[in-house]
Amino acid sequence: MTLADALRKDVLLQWRTRARFLAVLAFGAVTLLLFSFAAGPDTGALRRHAPGFLWLALLLSSTLALAESFQAEFEQRALEGLLLLPAPARSLFYGKALVNAAHLTLLGGALVPLAVVLYDLALPRPGALLGLLALGAAGLSAPGTLYAAMASQARARQMLLPLLLFPLVVPVLLSTVKATALLLTGDPMGQLRSWLLLLVCFDAVYWSLCGLLFGRVVEE
Amino acid sequence: MNEAETVTVSRGPLPWVLGGLGLVLLAAGSWLGLFHAPGERHMGDVQRIMYVHVPTAWNGMLAFTFAFACALGVLWRGSWRWDCRLEASVEVGVVLAALLCIQGSLWARPTWGVWWDWDPRLTTTAVMLFLFIGILALRRFVDDPERRASWSAVATVIAYADVPLVYFSVRWWNSLHQVQSSPETVSSAFYLPLRLNAFGVLFLMSGLIALRARLAALRLRDELAPPPAAPGAP
Repeated sequence: MTLADALRKDVLLQWRTRARFLAVLAFGAVTLLLFSFAAGPDTGALRRHAPGFLWLALLLSSTLALAESFQAEFEQRALEGLLLLPAPARSLFYGKALVNAAHLTLLGGALVPLAVVLYDLALPRPGALLGLLALGAAGLSAPGTLYAAMASQARARQMLLPLLLFPLVVPVLLSTVKATALLLTGDPMGQLRSWLLLLVCFDAVYWSLCGLLFGRVVEE
Repeated sequence: MNEAETVTVSRGPLPWVLGGLGLVLLAAGSWLGLFHAPGERHMGDVQRIMYVHVPTAWNGMLAFTFAFACALGVLWRGSWRWDCRLEASVEVGVVLAALLCIQGSLWARPTWGVWWDWDPRLTTTAVMLFLFIGILALRRFVDDPERRASWSAVATVIAYADVPLVYFSVRWWNSLHQVQSSPETVSSAFYLPLRLNAFGVLFLMSGLIALRARLAALRLRDELAPPPAAPGAP
């Protein structure tokens, strides 16, 4: 099984469980709404904190989406069958992680209009924001997919995934929140580049490291 | 994991000797630091926490680095011995990182006027603490010893690779912590107790890791032992 086959399988899997996407989206939307209640009705404060709220909503929703992505593989022991195929476990990982990254990008893209409405934001560079969403989603999905594979086979799986993932993705959260704020409110000091560089470094480190180590997580 | 390897439990007195030596050095260094070293010009007596804070920081980082080396040992050699050492060093590292955060807060309150500040080293330590607490939780929630060994080794490599990234991201984000001192910038009256305590914590930590690894080996031996034969079975 090549990477293309793995991708096709995961895209199909996502398409057939698309009702779950709507459920996760609803969860993210409720989270955005709750953040506004927690911060109060001050429009200025909401606008200032909007990048943080958006990425926290995406991070919290990502744990649901990532955990779900491995559920189907363990039902009826599908993963065991996949591992018997003459294919490296790496292609299974990259297929799943790429589809998860796309899933989270879509989720982020769907949450942005809601954030614009709730927090009264202007979107001067929507294309750049979409690119940033993709980079941030990639940063969440590489370690998230690996940890979801572990958590879904362990006891207390709902607890384990966020416990492992949240401290790990602190650099992703910091760089995406800063970069989103710079995209929304302007970047007079030219800081955007360094935050994007940090995010790209995180993505490069974890996309290679997790692909390398995934075989040890699913081996019998 | 290596099928042919049996779990061996060492019985030597070395961990006790190391721990004892560490305690003696720590007591001597702390006594010098508290009663003989002069107070620092600006911070006064508050600075004396440095004699335990800095050794805790160095050795905490060392414990996690050793855990990373153990993780590589598990992944490459598939050895149970490295798995026991991994469990021990992550646990001792977590204790040291927790102590480090507490000491840092105690020092920050009179010096900076706040219990907590989002400075890179303080924040990185807190993130590191939670990263490795996650690994301890992972070990508790996985029953199969082989999976537990592989997964915690994978998680340790992943967590360790994150430390420099967390440090740089927080450093760009906010910075207040004072610049590190070096022996050239510190008077000898300060660095003798500091060095004694650094070696004290190092020996104590090594003794604790060795003892904890022994405990892990004992538990693992029981887990891997074949179940007792049923009465009447051939």
